[in-house]
Amino acid sequence: MSEAHLSYQSQAVAKPYFMAAIGLFIGQVIFGLIMGMQYVVGDFLFPEIPFNVARMVHTNLLIVWLLFGFMGAAYFLVPEEAERELHSPKLALALFWIFLIAGALTVVGYLSVPYATLAKITGNDLLPTMGREFLEQPTITKVGIVIVALGFIYNVGMTVLSGRKTVINVVLMTGLVGLAVMFLFSFYNPENLVLDKFFWWWVVHLWVEGVWELILGAILAFVLIKTTGVDREVIDKWLYVIIAAALITGIIGTGHHYFWIGTPNYWLWLGSVFSALEPIPFFMMTIFAFNMVNKRRKQHPNKVAVLWAMGTGVMAFLGAGVWGFMHTLAPVNYYTHGTQITAAHGHMAFYGAYAMIVMTIISYAMPKLRGIGNAMSNRAQVVEMWSFWLMTVAMVFITLFLTAAGILQVWLQRYQENAMPFMAAQDQVAIFYWMREVAGGVFMLGLILYVVSFFVKGNGQEAAQPAYG
Amino acid sequence: MSEIFTKTMARNIYLGGSVFFVLVFLGLTLDTTRRMPKQDNRHNLTEQVALGKKVWEENNCIGCHTLLGEGAYYAPELGNVYKRFGGSKEAIKGFIKSRPVEGIPGRRSMPQFNLTEEELDAIAEFLKYSSEIDTNNWPPNING
Repeated sequence: MSEAHLSYQSQAVAKPYFMAAIGLFIGQVIFGLIMGMQYVVGDFLFPEIPFNVARMVHTNLLIVWLLFGFMGAAYFLVPEEAERELHSPKLALALFWIFLIAGALTVVGYLSVPYATLAKITGNDLLPTMGREFLEQPTITKVGIVIVALGFIYNVGMTVLSGRKTVINVVLMTGLVGLAVMFLFSFYNPENLVLDKFFWWWVVHLWVEGVWELILGAILAFVLIKTTGVDREVIDKWLYVIIAAALITGIIGTGHHYFWIGTPNYWLWLGSVFSALEPIPFFMMTIFAFNMVNKRRKQHPNKVAVLWAMGTGVMAFLGAGVWGFMHTLAPVNYYTHGTQITAAHGHMAFYGAYAMIVMTIISYAMPKLRGIGNAMSNRAQVVEMWSFWLMTVAMVFITLFLTAAGILQVWLQRYQENAMPFMAAQDQVAIFYWMREVAGGVFMLGLILYVVSFFVKGNGQEAAQPAYG
Repeated sequence: MSEIFTKTMARNIYLGGSVFFVLVFLGLTLDTTRRMPKQDNRHNLTEQVALGKKVWEENNCIGCHTLLGEGAYYAPELGNVYKRFGGSKEAIKGFIKSRPVEGIPGRRSMPQFNLTEEELDAIAEFLKYSSEIDTNNWPPNING
């Protein structure tokens, strides 16, 4: 029975969440490949799946699978930290189906009817919230997200409140409540474009460069405690310092989005200075992960989970930290704003910080949830490690190619004398889009291998023992 | 170091730092919204512009284009398209109207959205209004 390896039986509700996360991740990458092709073969799947639809599916699936991952992580780690069963496993399961069906219906809506029709039939007139980047969901879906979030926070919150209140649980809870609260700004869509954009960032930036970092930090800390056996006091202290750095830099760091949207020019230096410090918490995460693994008191058999944890630190620092810093200073951003540089940064940051932390917790929790033990067999772990390297290296190359495309784009379209129009510049950089698409194919290969790793059998003894080599 | 820098100190930095910067951010937000009228071109925000924004949103234009640099990077920046098209709303309308339903072989092409004349006027007016927002001199040139 799968429950045998769980500290608390109710942790089992995390399993469908993780499975849904992986499924939607596959969908996200498929649509990424479609878009990558559309960048070079402009009429690919046109007019059946225009670029804007593919992009909406790509980004929305990303958000939804990460949310599934965060919720699964919470259902798994909160009971263990609180040392009690989840308040209501039934509610968790009900919310899972509501969220999955609402998500699926939304994607079907995107793909089956023109967006304007979707807006009409879902009553966007009553409360117009659609048609803004990442917040394309019909208003009714947004209401569904809020309901799911409320039920989820109630469920997890009750568990935290009536159990052992660890730093990890409290930080995770803060992050999740922050996530839900900031999402409420998606319902504010004033006619004034500048005001709209200003508060749109309260959802987008204060999620990914704010409260999500608390969730990331808490999950990372949990996995490191479990896999290294390092004293909780030490880990807690690191966690506090990391999230302090995240919020101290990230909140005013929102200002790096207020350079060119019709907001006062004091944001130019405020946004530059504070967002230039935003790599600090990510750098700390890297040091944190490596330090804890170095100081480990035990050799945990789940080596691949430790690999994901260390990978998260490194890739989050590179993607969010270094690639973010590269174009965050106003004089640089003046030229790079809204180019492929932004796309390059977005890809590595989301993968490195948030995709990888979800893979970390899945990797740690899944063997337990499936009743296999503390780790998958050695063979399965090796396959998963291959998938780690394929996906991660592919993402590095996707980022490098987009960066090259971006630098050229800036030069051709904005910097040189006799700068050329957008589409002319796009034609010039097409070779990099081709290479990005190839790297995307490698990423897909890694993802397939990742799924395969769940089905690799090994003899049961291996799993129970430390996996060396 | 671990004795000098305790967990309580770390927690206090987190709590104190967060609360402080949340308050600073709220203060700056208040100040920004007060100064915004000077830059956001709200005196030209007519009902037609508001309708244009709705047309913009309900056809998911942001899924391909950027507007003031935000959005997707598949198609040209539209914050300054009114100026790029020589200050002609007719040119904007004409471009949108003339998109071939089946696209252009091998090339990126904007879908045919079948907008009504009223919607076309509104979106053109919205793009004109957007081009008159004071964006601290962005974009660097007319190409967007």
